Order: sequence, then C-alpha cells, then structure tokens
Amino acid sequence: MKIPYSKQDQYVYTALRFFSLVVVCLLIAIIFQLFMASKLAFDEFGLSFVTDDFWNPVDDEFGALAFIFGTVVTSILALLIAGPVSVFVAIYTNEFLPKKIASVLGLFVELIAAIPSIVFGLWGLYYLAPFVKNFLAPFLKKYLGFLPFFQGSSFGIGILTAAIILAIMIIPTITSVCREVFKSIPNLRKEAALGLGATKYEMVKIAILKPSFSGIMGALVLGLGRALGETMAVAMVIGNNPVISSSLFSAGATMASVMANEYAEADSELHLSALCYVGLLLFVVTFFVNLMARTIVWNNSRKSKR
Amino acid sequence: MKISRKRALKNYFFYTCLILSSIVVIIPLFMVFFFLLQKGGSSLSLDFFFNNPKPVGEIGGGMKHAILGSFYMVGLGSLIAVPLGLVCGVYLSEFGKGKIASLLRFTIDLLTGVPSIVVGIFAYLIFVVSMKSFSAIAGAFALSIIILPIVTRTTEEILKLIPKHVKEAGLALGLPRWKVIVFIVVKGSRSSLMTGIILAISRAAGETAPLLFTAFGSMYLSYSPDEPMASLPVQIYNYAISPYDDWQKQAWAGAFTLIIIVLGLNLFARFYFVRKDIYRSIKKLFTRQTKD
Amino acid sequence: MTRQLLIITTVVLSLNASAILKLNGAGASFPYAIYSKWISEYSKSQEKVQINYQSIGSGGGIRQLIKQTVDFAASDAPMREKDKKKAAWPVLHVPTVLGAVVVAYNGKSIGNDLNIDGQVLADIFLGKITKWNDQAIKKLNPKRNLPDQEILVVRRADSSGTTSVFASYLADVSEEWKSKVGVGKSLRWPTGIGAKGNEGVTALVKQTEYAIGYIDLAHAKKNGIYTVNLKNGAGEYIKATVESISASAESFKTSGDDFTVSVINQKTKGAYPISAFTYFLLPLKKEKDQKISEVQNFFKWSLTKGQDFAAPLYYAPLPMNVRKAVVKKLDSL
Repeated sequence: MKIPYSKQDQYVYTALRFFSLVVVCLLIAIIFQLFMASKLAFDEFGLSFVTDDFWNPVDDEFGALAFIFGTVVTSILALLIAGPVSVFVAIYTNEFLPKKIASVLGLFVELIAAIPSIVFGLWGLYYLAPFVKNFLAPFLKKYLGFLPFFQGSSFGIGILTAAIILAIMIIPTITSVCREVFKSIPNLRKEAALGLGATKYEMVKIAILKPSFSGIMGALVLGLGRALGETMAVAMVIGNNPVISSSLFSAGATMASVMANEYAEADSELHLSALCYVGLLLFVVTFFVNLMARTIVWNNSRKSKR
Repeated sequence: MKISRKRALKNYFFYTCLILSSIVVIIPLFMVFFFLLQKGGSSLSLDFFFNNPKPVGEIGGGMKHAILGSFYMVGLGSLIAVPLGLVCGVYLSEFGKGKIASLLRFTIDLLTGVPSIVVGIFAYLIFVVSMKSFSAIAGAFALSIIILPIVTRTTEEILKLIPKHVKEAGLALGLPRWKVIVFIVVKGSRSSLMTGIILAISRAAGETAPLLFTAFGSMYLSYSPDEPMASLPVQIYNYAISPYDDWQKQAWAGAFTLIIIVLGLNLFARFYFVRKDIYRSIKKLFTRQTKD
Repeated sequence: MTRQLLIITTVVLSLNASAILKLNGAGASFPYAIYSKWISEYSKSQEKVQINYQSIGSGGGIRQLIKQTVDFAASDAPMREKDKKKAAWPVLHVPTVLGAVVVAYNGKSIGNDLNIDGQVLADIFLGKITKWNDQAIKKLNPKRNLPDQEILVVRRADSSGTTSVFASYLADVSEEWKSKVGVGKSLRWPTGIGAKGNEGVTALVKQTEYAIGYIDLAHAKKNGIYTVNLKNGAGEYIKATVESISASAESFKTSGDDFTVSVINQKTKGAYPISAFTYFLLPLKKEKDQKISEVQNFFKWSLTKGQDFAAPLYYAPLPMNVRKAVVKKLDSL
C-alpha cells in the first residue's frame, strides 16, 4: 500500500502535534500538582504572600517577597556576567581560533556543565567566597563604593558570590548554543563584509551578531532558565537570609534555594505548602522573565524588517 | 587601505575582550578540576570503580553501584526525553507558527526554569507515592523532565538556521516534507544536535535534587527499575557533606569521575558524528531513492 | 543464544531478589555515617537481609513513614503529635546514639576553650552581645585577653535538627530567646549570616576571623576548630567530648514507652548541656510481617553490639541504663 505524500505529511504533522500536546500536558500536570500542594498556603495567605517579606517557620508566617527579589537579582546579574562572556567565547572559538584549539576550548567549556552543582557549591564556599571577601569586594568598594550596590562589608558569601557561581554554571549552555548558531551563518556573508573593508569587529557585528540575534536570545533564555532554577550551589554561597538589601555584598536568598534548604526538613503542613507556593511563584517569575525576552526579540525582529 | 583610528581601536578592544573572556571562562574549570584532584585524587583507584561503598574507616570502598546507577537512570531518562525533545524541536522549527506551536514554545520556556527540586517533588508525587516505593523509574522520569526542554530548545534553534534553499531543494525533488526534515534537515545537522543532547545529558547527570526523593539512593548495586537506585550525584552529596576525610575524598573522586564520563561521552559523540556532513546525507538519500 | 542468556540471567536475578529481604529506611542526615557503619557490620552476620538507609532529612523521613514508602525512618527530633496522628500505626521512638551541638569559633588571639554560659550564648545569638571583649564574656574569662572585635554570628540556613536542639537549649536558658525567637528547625534569626549544612557553617567559621557558629561534634573534631566550654546545669564548664555527651543521658528515666525525653541542660556532673538523642522510628504494625521483625532485630543489634562503633565516629553511645530500657521495650514487642 502506498500512501500519497500529502497524506504522509498530514500524518506526521498530526503526530508532531500530538507529542507537543503531551509535553504541554506534562507542564500542566506539574503546575496542577504544585497548585494542589500549595493550596493550604494559598488559602491562608492569598496574594499577600507575594508582597510580604518575612519568613518565620516557627510561627508559621510566610511571605516570599525577599526570595523573589533574590532570585531575580541573582539571575539577572548572572546573565549580565555570563551573557557577554559566552558570546565572546563563542565568537572567539568559532571565528578566530584554529579549528583544533577551538574544539578543545569548546569541549572544556561544555565540561563545566557536567560539574555537579554540589561541587560548585562547595568550591564556591572554599575558594570563591574568600576570593570575593579578600579581593573582589574591597576592589569594587574602592572604585565603585559610591554606588549603593557596593556598600557594607562582605563576608564572602552573599548575592554577588551567588551570581558569579550562577554565571559560571550557565556559561556552557549559552556558549554552546551560540556556537552552533554562529556556525550556521554562511561564510559568504562574513566574506562579503570583510571584502567591503570592514574590520573584524565590524564583520562580527554585521555578519554574525545581527542575523543571529534571535538565536542568541534563545541561548540566553536557556541560560536564564537554569539560573532561575538552580538550587544547591546557590544555597551554599548566598547566605540564605531573606532580606531585601541594595548591596550586592549582603546575604540574600532565592526561591529555589529556600526550597532546597527547607523542603527536606519541613514538618508543618503549612510550611511545606508555603514552600510549594514558592515553587509555583517561580513559574510566574520565569514566565515574566521569558515574556520580557520574547518581547525584546520580537521588537528587534520588527525593527530589522523595517 | 587605511582604517580610521577609532575603528582600529574598537577592533583592538574587541580582540582583548575575546581573549580575556576565553581565559576567564577556563579558569574556574581548571580551579574546580584542581580542587577535585587535590582532594580526591588519592582515592581514585581501581577499587573506586569496582567496589560498592564501605563505611567510614574501612579502605577500599568505591562507587561502582552509583556509577552504574547513574548510567542506568540517565540512559533511561534520555531514552524518553531525547526523541520527544527532538520531535518537539522539529515541530517548533518547521511548523512553528500555529497556536499549538506557541503553546509548546511557551511550555518549553517554562520547563527550562523549573527548579530541579520541583521536578523531583513532582516525580515523587506521581510515581513514589502511588507505588509506595522509591524507584529508579521515578528517578529516570525526573531526569527526563530536565533533559526534555534543553534538547527541544537547542534543536529548535539549530534547525531554524538551516538555509531555506536546502529544504527547498529537497521539496523541489518532490519529496514529502517529512522526508526532507528527517533525511536532510535533521540528518544534516546531526553533529550540532548532538551538542544540545550532550549538554542536556551532562546537566542531568550532575543533578542531585530530582533524585533525592525519587531514586532515593542505595547502598547496593541494583538493576531493577522498581527499586531504589544509587546515583553519583546523590552519593557525592551524601559524602561531601560528611566530616570524615575518607568519605570526602570519595566524594571528590566521584565528582571527578562524573566529569570524566561526560568528557568521554562528549568525545565519543564528536568523533562519531562530526565527519558526516550534510552533503553526504543528501547523497545517501538519492541512492536510497533509486533503489526503491 | 543471547535470548537464552537473557532468560537465565533474569531467572537468576529474580531468584536472588526473592531470597534477599530488602529493607528501606530514610531520614536524618546527622547519624548517616554511624547508621551505614551499623548496616555494613550487621549485614556481615545477616546475609539474607539488605538494609538501605538514605539521609533525606528528618522531616523527609517522617513524611515517608506516613506515606508508607519506607520500612523505618530516622529523625533527630521526636515526631509531632499532628504527625503521629497521620501515621497509620503508632510509632515507637528508639534512641540510637546521642549527638551534641558544639559552639565553634575562630580567633587566634582568643585561644581555645573559651568559657561561656547559656545566658551569654543566647545574648550573642540574639545580637545583644556584639563584641568579643564584652563585659559578660570577660567576666567568665578573667584571665584571657579578649580582642575588641565584632562577633560574626554564623548559623544554619537550612532546616535542621541541629538548629532545633540548639534553639531548645537557648530557650531553656533564656526567656528572651523563648519569647522572641522560639524553637524550631528553621528560625527567624535576629542576627548573623546563614550557611548551608554543618559543613557550610564549619567552612565559614574557619574562614572568617572572629566568627562564631554551632556545628556537630564530628565536624568540630575533624576540622581542628576552637570550641567553647559550656556551663552545664551543675555549674561546671564542660568541653564537648563523646564522654561528656554520653553523660548527659545518665540521669535519664523511662516513663513507660516514651523515650522522647529531652536531655538538654542536665544537672548531672560532667554532662555536656546541649545534647540530644537521635531516633529510629519504628512503625508498630498490628499484623507482624517479616520485614518489621527484621527491622526490630537490626535495632536490637545496634543498641547492643552496635554501640561500640559509635565513639570512633564521634557519636556518643547511649549510657547503659538507656540501652537496657530500650532493648527491654524492643523485646516486649
């Protein structure tokens, strides 16, 4: 029996749609489960959970604002560090280094992704935290101390350290995806740009960065996703103090880290439920951050079409 | 041709940024590597790979059960997630305009940000509570949720970038669209797709939180999917936070092993897939066509 | 050929599986090392029983016991009344070893073995005493040259039985602590920075001069960190050692089945004040099955022969009176 091509395509299309719906259902199931688990806290605190910034398991009083703040600040900071670095590394390995060295460097970068987060956490605690305390923090304070971000004293662990660890952890994701994206740009374009007398920098700007903007954004979103959801490593180095402070040296706490810290030991129903509520809120935060990224991509593509 | 000073300066600045970034990126990796070797190198021996764990104070304990357990669960997890992720990625890049596609894209975006502990809790509620037993299946399921969005997203980004004329050439030959996708688009970018898959698998291999409440961990070697199973990250976690030197050493050695395994996987994938490029797969397609 | 092989291996595997009784336990991470030692030693004599203990946290262990996903659980703190009601069977708390909370600090100029009493300790962790040369500390250590330095309080960030024991001691000695902070596995701390796990607090105290924190005995001993001599109920300043911790349970008296008695701040001579039992939780099912009786056998073994393995790992063994009482109870089941 022979099925006509158009029918074949139809079947494949239907199958693809089916699998996509399976994945969508998976997400719905996760959200539903989380919602059921957090119902108790939702009934108790309602939406004020989002705007309150105290967290007191002894008296069963919970509010998540400080965690939301910590998550957003550390993730964005991590992205600000990791984004440019990753793009630079991707360009350098793809366009400038000889192929063999490039693939070795690329391999090394991808290896970073394989380091378990507990190892990152402990390394951060033993090595990065003292470095931040003894060198980075005094340095920043000396030259940028007039900014509110770099005031107060640093004990090594805190928001800044957590952001650096996160940045290191998301670099491999962003770099690898960027490399693949850049690789697919036809050589013709680069040669055309160089042929017109562009410097290498201008060539990269015109022929690589511009056409792959959406791909870079995709890579960043992927990295951001990991930063938002990272638990163990952040929990080890952030200081876990649910406070909102403008200084990056101060201790903070993130939504994922509080779940990792307290879920295993929580024994009151409300506490457990509040932790699940935090997990649910993380979805909302992720949603808005992604929405932001998508809007940027959309605006940009519209601009470039003009 | 003369380049204005401003342009030249910008160019130099750009070069510096590139080189500096590349150096900065490698430093933490080497520091972690050094840290692991320094602390755990002494317990890396054959015993470590061929023995099951021993309590504190007894020499010769290893992580055989955890290494095999990790392979088992990551393998099982990718068996579910990689095909599904590829399919979803293809759907997004090739038919990514409709409502379902935007819904899926949105889903994937959210899934990438799910903290691993939430994934663990979810798999726990679905599998462990209903089966009344911790199981390797639950662990593999949790890992597959971690792998899925990464594979989908990388697949989408990579396939999107395949030049249109390649696909059009295939379509012009009168091939059905799915054949063009499978044999030209996907096959041609296999090595790039592998990068995404390896990236996803390496991340899943290092996760502790989703396994703690699902696969649970075990002190024994086990192959049955409905029983608790050990895994490297959980074992590393348990040992790393203990105060005893020999366990700590084992934890670092375990982490080192994990990295080496991922390195091996990576190298294997590269050597296996890198040589076959897009034209070759097209050529193959034609030969197959004539045989029909 | 391969198929036959496969069949044979499956048969062998399933035979194996049916012959061995597999027991799963989950809970506290503090006693993980001693429990895995016990399991390993016990299984040398009992080849048909395979016990698997995983440290997923006390709260997690209790939840698993309620959800019936494990055969036994372990916890640093006794179950709450609410949780007991949720369990399908009554639960027996079996004390296994004693643990202690050690107050560790960093400061070369201060020297080891600083004398501290409960009130001062509470005031430090309440943020009321902020300098090392505070009059209150000087009074307890008249001969020492205390530096004019800020005290950095390091505390646990994750929920933990260690925190709960520490807080119940502080609540016992300080009214202010009781009313302002209270007792729990995670607290709303008035001061200090949080580190994850005993290992996190240890690392931070070690790295930061003039820091103070609380950790378990094994971490303190293994890291050569300075520790405080704490004033006990009898008015002596006691250093935390395996012996002084064991001593805190010597005055222990059983009230029937209940072994969930606090041994904090005892008046016994030579007893370290911040000690606590850690427990196995045994579900007392009505219909006895093989699994439960094997679990009981294991518990009995750990309370008799097993106790000798505790001290080398820096866990304090139970004093004889407690061992006898618990074994008697286990025998009566």
